[in-house]
Amino acid sequence: MSLLHEVFARAKSENRAALIAYLPAGYPTADGAVECIAAMVAGGVDIVEIGFPYSDPVMDGPTIQEAVNISLVGGTKSATVIETVKRVSELGVPTLVMSYWNPIERYGLESFATDFHAAGGAGVITPDLTPEEADDWIAATDEQDVERVFLVALSSSDERISKVASVTTGFVYAGAVMGVTGARASLSDAIEGLVTKVRRHTELPVAVGLGVSTPEQAHEIAQYADGVIVGSAFVTAIANGGPQAAKALAQALSQGLSR
Amino acid sequence: MSVDEVLVMPDLRGHFGKFGGRFVPEALMAALDELDDAFRKAMVDPSFLAQLHDLQVNYTGRPSPITHAKRFSEHAGGATVLLKREDLNHTGSHKINNVLGQGLLTQRMGKTRVIAETGAGQHGVATATVAALLGLECVVYMGEEDTKRQALNVARMKLLGATVIPVTSGSKTLKDAINEAMRDWVANVQDTHYMLGTVAGPAPFPEMVRDFHRIIGDESREQMLERFGRLPDVVAACVGGGSNAIGIFTAFIPDSDVRLLGLEAGGDGIETGRHASTIVGGAVGVLHGARSYIMQDDDGQTIESHSISAGLDYPSVGPEHAYLADIGRAEYRSITDVQAMNAFKLLCETEGIIPAIETAHALAGALEIGKELGKDAIILVNCSGRGDKDVETAAKWFDMNP
Ligand SMILES: Cc1ncc(COP(=O)(O)O)c(C=O)c1O
Repeated sequence: MSLLHEVFARAKSENRAALIAYLPAGYPTADGAVECIAAMVAGGVDIVEIGFPYSDPVMDGPTIQEAVNISLVGGTKSATVIETVKRVSELGVPTLVMSYWNPIERYGLESFATDFHAAGGAGVITPDLTPEEADDWIAATDEQDVERVFLVALSSSDERISKVASVTTGFVYAGAVMGVTGARASLSDAIEGLVTKVRRHTELPVAVGLGVSTPEQAHEIAQYADGVIVGSAFVTAIANGGPQAAKALAQALSQGLSR
Repeated sequence: MSVDEVLVMPDLRGHFGKFGGRFVPEALMAALDELDDAFRKAMVDPSFLAQLHDLQVNYTGRPSPITHAKRFSEHAGGATVLLKREDLNHTGSHKINNVLGQGLLTQRMGKTRVIAETGAGQHGVATATVAALLGLECVVYMGEEDTKRQALNVARMKLLGATVIPVTSGSKTLKDAINEAMRDWVANVQDTHYMLGTVAGPAPFPEMVRDFHRIIGDESREQMLERFGRLPDVVAACVGGGSNAIGIFTAFIPDSDVRLLGLEAGGDGIETGRHASTIVGGAVGVLHGARSYIMQDDDGQTIESHSISAGLDYPSVGPEHAYLADIGRAEYRSITDVQAMNAFKLLCETEGIIPAIETAHALAGALEIGKELGKDAIILVNCSGRGDKDVETAAKWFDMNP
């Protein structure tokens, strides 16, 4: 079993959901990101998603746009992302990269899968790569034992969920809102139904993200999903209070995960 | 690649060869499928086609004429330069062709709100116009930089009842306006249609927008045969996203003797890196939902484009153009700001027509190729828009302000 699946299995045996945290590489700086992530892991984060900063983040709201901008202005390159993966996986947590498609295509699919695997990375989340366009990526990731994570949305039909599930290997990422990333005061009641639908098509873990920011929301989602994904709330915490604040948020969120 | 194969492009998944496709968040897939379905049904529905035709004739004022630019031609090596007058359409550019089609589709899908991106403001004006005509709510995203250089069009959109949202992220131009429109669309897809203004973006946009613009070339081909008894040697058009160019090219693609010439914005010159010539000076990549030629650095980050023309200031290009370039069916060249502005002034002074600065790139291309081909050549230029919106920019460029 891969480390990623082991971590989901362990959370399940503890009757809780896994806590998955997102932070862009290079935010607030290359070293600062690793320091913050270490604090988040100490605070209870089970799985880490490192964002690959991109110039045109169409799926991100203002919080992550700003963080990514700071990262890019600070000089983040693709090599920074790989280096961050290496340093974070050395902490012993399953480490994924979340990237818009063009940076990976530019890097070269095989080269990226190879270098990512060599850095100890577990999987790659590709939010704007549709299964229809993924043939070469499937081949490259299979070759390197890199897990693939695709997304489903509240608008996905059964047919699409089945298609997405069939190409996913790590976990299915269920988008909790129709919209961009960023904290939301309230989440849709339809998410549970979406997770239930996904489970009809796959045995893989299902994690819920986009808009999730509070321990209360995490608690609610933990009742039916295998993982809770939080991004913008960590970015905001770090902007306001650095690694300590990130650790405190991780602790608060992880207390909400029990069933 | 035979001409027949070119004609059936794109494939069922929106690919033009290796270009095009759909690179979008899953949340948009249902809306794209819905749009694809509505589009395909409409295009074989006689009542839709009749409704569209009625608007084209009685609202836009089609067919647009072809004008022989006699005095301008003297500067093009004596070749005959003909202008397909899309600038005479209602709202002043080709953009109206596309939005009439998409506006009717919006109604058929039962949506009540439209959003659009705009660079020069022409697509924003056209969208606001059709929204007013059809009673739809309209929000237009426009880079803050562009709201300044195209202030007249901002006022027009507001008069037409649209909300104009200046976009302050990134380069504050067209690319960022598209990002913002896509963010809006993902969040409001239930009641909102995204009226993409060019032949870029995820499938079915490149195909759909092309089909709403192909009337430009269909009319031109007929007008050429009727009035001149022959087809032109060259069909030239400026290329931003590529909608006016694909619109006039499509009917001529099977005519292998007709050269298709796309003129990209060269800004300060390709060699300076400050340009918007994606085919001439870019590389294959994915931006805004499709694979095409884009301007990017070694890490796949988009490089900001530069052009005096807001409507051409875009770091990607429609996937069908990427494909036509790759198979050699169309040829693409780069025109600098200086070349474009010289052609702009020349058309004003020789023909009494103030073109859009976008269009001036096509005119500069016609001057160049006319000199190469000599006096027997006929060059048909898509006069994609009029230049009222550019008067301020031009007055500054030529130092004409009092
Ligand atoms: C008059 C005119 N021509 C051309 C363009 C460029 O767009 P496209 O390449 O899609 O025709 C614009 C865009 O704003 C325009 O206003």
